[in-house]
Amino acid sequence: MPAKAAFYDVDGTLVKTNVVHVYAYYAMNRGSLLGIAGRTLATAASAPLFAAMDAVNRKKFNEFFYRYYAGLSEDRLISVAEDMFEDVLKPALYEQTRDLIDQARRAGCRIVLVTGALDFSMRPLVRHLGADDLIANKMQFVGGKATGKVIPPIIEGANKANAIRSYCVREGLALDQCHGYSDSASDYAMLAVVGRPTAVNPDMRLRSIARAYNWPILDLK
Amino acid sequence: MRPLKTLQKLYDEESQVVITEKGSPPRALFSGENFLLEDLPVGTRVIFPRPPLAGVPNVKAAIRWAINHPEGMEPLHALLRPGMRLTCVIDDISVPLPPMATPDVRQSILEVVLELCADSGVDDIHLIIANALHRRMTEGEMRRMVGQKIFDAYYPERYYNHDAEDPDGITELERSPCGSHVVAVNRRVAESDLTVYVNVNFVPMNGGHKSMGTGLANYASLRAHHNPQTIRGSDSYMEPKKSELYRRNERIGKAIDKHLKVFHIESVLNNRMFGPATDFLHKREEDYTEGDRLKFHAMRYALSKVPRAAARTILNSVPAPYDVTGVFAGATEPTHQKILEKSWQQYVVPVQGQSDIVIFPIPFISPYSVNSILNPLLVQVMGLGYFFNLNRGVPLVKKGGVIILTHPAFDEFDPVQHPSYIEFFNRVLPETRDAVEIEKKYEREFAENPSYVHLYRKGNAYHGVHPLYMWYWGENGRQHAGKVIVAGAENNHVPALLGWDRTDTLTEAIEEARGFMGRSASISLLRIAPTVMVDVK
Repeated sequence: MPAKAAFYDVDGTLVKTNVVHVYAYYAMNRGSLLGIAGRTLATAASAPLFAAMDAVNRKKFNEFFYRYYAGLSEDRLISVAEDMFEDVLKPALYEQTRDLIDQARRAGCRIVLVTGALDFSMRPLVRHLGADDLIANKMQFVGGKATGKVIPPIIEGANKANAIRSYCVREGLALDQCHGYSDSASDYAMLAVVGRPTAVNPDMRLRSIARAYNWPILDLK
Repeated sequence: MRPLKTLQKLYDEESQVVITEKGSPPRALFSGENFLLEDLPVGTRVIFPRPPLAGVPNVKAAIRWAINHPEGMEPLHALLRPGMRLTCVIDDISVPLPPMATPDVRQSILEVVLELCADSGVDDIHLIIANALHRRMTEGEMRRMVGQKIFDAYYPERYYNHDAEDPDGITELERSPCGSHVVAVNRRVAESDLTVYVNVNFVPMNGGHKSMGTGLANYASLRAHHNPQTIRGSDSYMEPKKSELYRRNERIGKAIDKHLKVFHIESVLNNRMFGPATDFLHKREEDYTEGDRLKFHAMRYALSKVPRAAARTILNSVPAPYDVTGVFAGATEPTHQKILEKSWQQYVVPVQGQSDIVIFPIPFISPYSVNSILNPLLVQVMGLGYFFNLNRGVPLVKKGGVIILTHPAFDEFDPVQHPSYIEFFNRVLPETRDAVEIEKKYEREFAENPSYVHLYRKGNAYHGVHPLYMWYWGENGRQHAGKVIVAGAENNHVPALLGWDRTDTLTEAIEEARGFMGRSASISLLRIAPTVMVDVK
């Protein structure tokens, strides 16, 4: 049997959060009291803007959003990632996430998380789930400080599909045997590129796409 | 002296076989969620079900008698010890069809058994539904099956569905070095001091060694007999002596009996499928009263006017008033033997010779579509799997003959219960219909697909591999028949994907079949439902 992998989107698919929650956590854990208050307020105020941008264009949203990380030190980001995982991601994991991943592993799949979040913030989750690999955005650091720019290509939309395709070529995996899981219609390309797509807690658009293409629909609790 | 023809008619009234004459009434035939009313060619042999046998007068008394006078084992009360670990295993909703009017015989058996357990100081009791790779039963279905009182006492901690994919929930009792022969059962059952199997026997292929060997197994274990080779080796699923499937199940069952103590309680039902409103369906059309005809036409008209989903809901909501005709208990084989005798007594109709053309009317329900949709694969399994096998080793249709099915063959699937069926139908069948190739190329992929495994374990979906099993199940009919025609199919692509011809009407289908088999071809109609089986001499 050819080697295969299961590719999982993270936000909304395996955990009930999104990148905004993650950033909000960073904002609240920013050094000084004033900094915390400032960034928390700014994030809260921007929430409707984020939502609107995300709905219209995920790419623009990501580019815009990651600017908020500018100036934060790399060490600090990595260490806060551990706390952020314990406080934000771990409690937000769907109860059935672990089963889903164990099932894929038993079926002989390599487990790969594919996310638009930043790699350092996802590392603890990768460790926790025992995933084999992570395809995520990488922040640019200059002199140990985040520049607020993401090293291109930004992992989102069609780029997720490209990243998965390149990953399969690199690792010698049969793309048509691979599984893909996502909750959002913005990941249509990622789901369409693998041979075995599945919609997980899908939004309305993805649900209708999944129905049209007869993809299985999972509702994780 | 009476003319011969009149005498013949009097004689025929005793028989379940009617030869269509010039003045014979049209036949009422199931066709999915509706009925056809069809005049058949003169000379067509119509085989009707036997009238329902009388039920036992007191079901609970029959259950008590059976467990106190078991076959080849001590009475149940003698097997019970205070503090022991006991598991009751129950057949799932796939039998009987349609579901039984409450109280279900499983409830009656459990009420007797659980009361006896309480009197004997047995408290550690679990109730497990032997659903194998079938869908999990819903909470409502589980409540209905055992009654409110038992449900409240046991659900959900101690009354649940078997999970064939729970890595911690399965124990392997035996495994051959190459892994081709695996005997695996539910872990709770393996660790119990005593298992009581609560069975309801609908057709002769239920019960016996199949109950434990299939109902509580996992994919690795089922692979040994749910495969095209076993199906091809079975002349009938219903006749144990002619069934390779039965023999393989027997091997597994014997291994289970070697390791575990199992007390079987098997019950058998008559074929009273229809209540007062539709009991005319039990009758031959010759015997319909004016009232029966009126009810039939009213029902047919109403079903044709409501949307199909509504017709389905109406039909699914009418339970069947079966009577229990026997209860037997004890060791697997002697108990099942008694049940088989009762079952044949109800179902079998002797007929002379095979036919060139056989008509099977396909109803709205199958063992795998209770409260769901009879999708195209299930139409296939009803026609070529089950109805083709309703015999004692000699099929009703000649080798190379024509099978005609009456069904709309709509392209509808239930994504909740049958998600992997959708993929199988749209992806695998366009590529090949060869069961052996399908097994080789696709079985593991479907069986191990994590999404399907998840939907089986956490939702109410059939296991990913189930549509392949359904395809294998039709292998006997597919290998035997020269042509399959689906009469009344509302589209072209479903019959084409299944490898069948289609016609708009049954008359056209018969014409096409005669064109294939010759003008003098003999025709039989198995006027099902209720259930009927043939013994071809």
